[in-house]
Amino acid sequence: MEGQKEAIIKVRNLSKSFGGVRALNHVSFDLLEGEVMGVIGPNGSGKTTLVNLITGFLKPDSGEVFFKQMKLTGLPPYQIADLGVTRTFQIVRPYLSLRAFKSLIVPLWSPRARRFASSRGGDRDAVAIDLLEEVGFERDAYVPYKFASALPLGYLKRLELARCLALRPEVIVCDEVFSGLSMSEIASMLPLIERLHMKGVTIIMIEHRLRELFRVADKLIVLDFGEKIAEGEPDQVMQDEKVKRAYLGEDIGL
Amino acid sequence: MNREERRKERLDRGIKARTEGLYAISSWREVGYLLAPRAGLIIGLLLLPLVVPGLYWQRVLGLAGVYAMLALSFDFLAGRVGLVCIGGAFMIGVGGYISGGLNYYLKLPVALTIPIGTFGGALLCTLLWLPCLPLRGIYFAVVTFMFPFLVSSIILAGGLLGSTEGLSPIAGFSNIWIGVYLIISLLLLAIFGLRRLCGEDIGVVFASVKDNDQAVLASGINITRVKIYALFLATSIGCFAGAFLTHFSGFAGISLFAVDFSIMPIAACIMGGPGTMAGPVLGAFILAPLSEFLRGFGQLRVVLYCLVLVAFILFKPEGLLSWVARKYHQIERWVKV
Amino acid sequence: MDIFIYGIVNGMTFALMAVGFSFVYGISRLPNFAHGALYVVTGFITWSFINNTGLPYWLSVILSLLIVFLAGVAIYQFVMIRVRGMPISEIIVSFAIALAILEGLRLQGIGGFKGFIGPGYVLPRFIDGVVDTPWVTIDLQRLLIIVVGLFLMGFMWLFTHYHKIGLALRAMAQHERAALMLGINSDRMANIALGIGSALAGLAAIAIMPLGNINCESGYSVLTNAIAVCVIGGLGSWVGTILAALILGLGTTVMSAIGGTMWNNVLVFGLIILILIVRPSGLFGQQKELEERV
Repeated sequence: MEGQKEAIIKVRNLSKSFGGVRALNHVSFDLLEGEVMGVIGPNGSGKTTLVNLITGFLKPDSGEVFFKQMKLTGLPPYQIADLGVTRTFQIVRPYLSLRAFKSLIVPLWSPRARRFASSRGGDRDAVAIDLLEEVGFERDAYVPYKFASALPLGYLKRLELARCLALRPEVIVCDEVFSGLSMSEIASMLPLIERLHMKGVTIIMIEHRLRELFRVADKLIVLDFGEKIAEGEPDQVMQDEKVKRAYLGEDIGL
Repeated sequence: MNREERRKERLDRGIKARTEGLYAISSWREVGYLLAPRAGLIIGLLLLPLVVPGLYWQRVLGLAGVYAMLALSFDFLAGRVGLVCIGGAFMIGVGGYISGGLNYYLKLPVALTIPIGTFGGALLCTLLWLPCLPLRGIYFAVVTFMFPFLVSSIILAGGLLGSTEGLSPIAGFSNIWIGVYLIISLLLLAIFGLRRLCGEDIGVVFASVKDNDQAVLASGINITRVKIYALFLATSIGCFAGAFLTHFSGFAGISLFAVDFSIMPIAACIMGGPGTMAGPVLGAFILAPLSEFLRGFGQLRVVLYCLVLVAFILFKPEGLLSWVARKYHQIERWVKV
Repeated sequence: MDIFIYGIVNGMTFALMAVGFSFVYGISRLPNFAHGALYVVTGFITWSFINNTGLPYWLSVILSLLIVFLAGVAIYQFVMIRVRGMPISEIIVSFAIALAILEGLRLQGIGGFKGFIGPGYVLPRFIDGVVDTPWVTIDLQRLLIIVVGLFLMGFMWLFTHYHKIGLALRAMAQHERAALMLGINSDRMANIALGIGSALAGLAAIAIMPLGNINCESGYSVLTNAIAVCVIGGLGSWVGTILAALILGLGTTVMSAIGGTMWNNVLVFGLIILILIVRPSGLFGQQKELEERV
């Protein structure tokens, strides 16, 4: 194998409580560059809290997050995104007053995107349309020109991914990007994730849809009541007794 | 059944080939159709000082211009960036006192005091309101509303800057028409400039901050910095109005912080058409002269303002300009079914 | 020492003024900026009953409180209900109504209505007489304010914790959706809340106005004071309200003693702004969401 790769994301002892409720309890893991890691667990196990803590939308009570030796904990979200660690939102709220391609102007306007400015110069509109095409908005059907509020959920989820891509990310944290989508919509999104994987982007996927997740994930961690109860390759994790008990009553459907 | 039923039919007038905001123009007549109302309003505004009878009404026009600038600034911040700032009086006071003070104490000429008052005031206002920016909508509004009261009570309590009598005399414009046309032309410039700005990329960022600031944060943008840009722009407009006012009226006093300057622009904005930027200006030019007309009725005019304001908020929140524009583009009529 | 006692009295005055506003905002999230106007209106209505129609004090008070209660309900039912949910519009609309009322009371010459201007309007004191304490002589009316204030707070606390309607109102404040699902009629509750809030404003007027005279300017200062108490003390906490009121009361009394009454305003506004910037949910506030979300 190649020499010992340094983990691109290191999470150490992350903990967070809300009032009396412990959302995360000393969660730690390492993520290598280019890996796709799934985060699964029953409802309320702290998955979205984990996303918020990593990407700066919440401050942890204790613990640290490192991205390539840089400490992320304590930084505001826009700075974390500026470093290349991006996220999608579980509940997509598009900019109501903007058209789909205009929504991408926002991340393209950011300092990070400007550092990576392409040869198209100042024409962000064109870059935006290209980006949308990359995530599957059919240019000929003029889908990019529709108002974001008029698009179906499948497109909105891709818009979220496009938003991240506009920042030339090194890490994308997808918060339940498959939720609410139909089987065919998910089927058409999987190739996109795979493409990103092949480009070398590190992806963390919080998901409920296990069958689809297993198609792309290199490894999994399982959370339950804020604790990490298992970590490893999908097959071995799903055999784990603790994991089965956590999902007791739920059909895993492998 | 022998009942006649009616329904409202809406016919599009003018250009048939159009969609949300975009028009396919195919003739000069259609260009005229689009330009006419806009040109009409602009030309009307420019001609207004010429047709107005007498010095008194010229003064009213100048005052209307001041209110219009405030209404514009409010509409820009609230409608395009999502920052509801009810501190109009603060901007007028700061711009006015800086400008007036420079002229009164240092004898600087008007050509210098107004720019310094405008941008220096904007700097001051932005810096002072900086810590308030992270606040949620309603609290930001309340805080900005309180600032003029705080400063005016400091001035009164400390006996600073002329206290209750204010500073006077302050140099004015050599000809009242210079003053009136100065503010009107700058007003038109501001409307065009702001609308243009909102069409640029940064305008898109403003709109996104208003719609969903979490997503903007996740896009790697420091929203506080974006809000600062917008705030500086808006306070420049407001402080200019203040600087203009002191020279126009030859006086700088506590009245610059009057609550009128915070409330009237909101009324003008809501009445004229929030979000359109030209609407609030229209509203100001209607309300200001109206309030002069009603001066004879004493306090009744305030009562009337308020009732009109409430009526508009409750029943016609889209405002006059949007309403007129809608009527212009569509004819409604009752048609038998 | 007398500063201390007067400070407490002042504090209670602030508390009385704030109770109505805090109740309505804490319960129905409605910023009732007509609070100050309702305060003043109660004063004038009571005065009119006593002087123009010769009704006894008791009856006038009760009648005017009833009228103000209904006024509050009317304001909600006809106006606020349409702008519910848009906080800026709620503020603007209620403030516009306040302005209309306050300036309307100053009208002159419309149909013979002479308008309420000038210092001649005084409400009779509830209790006359003074009490001599070892430190300072204090009049009973002022003591009454403290008593009324404490009593009111206690009553409101009991009401919202034990009475059916009070509990319903608290439920609405905590989680409107859940309350709706339990069959609590949001609009009717808001109506009641606004009515009670207005009546509380009126009660404050009855207790406080005898100390001075009735004038329209106090409408604005009452509103400001109420906002100050709510902001500094935080919403949803009676403890916070009392503490904030005491801070303001003592603070202004000390200010007046040191620098003169001019600086009172500076103190009040300065504190409001400071707290809003540093700790927007107030010293004891329950609503942490008012801090920036990140």
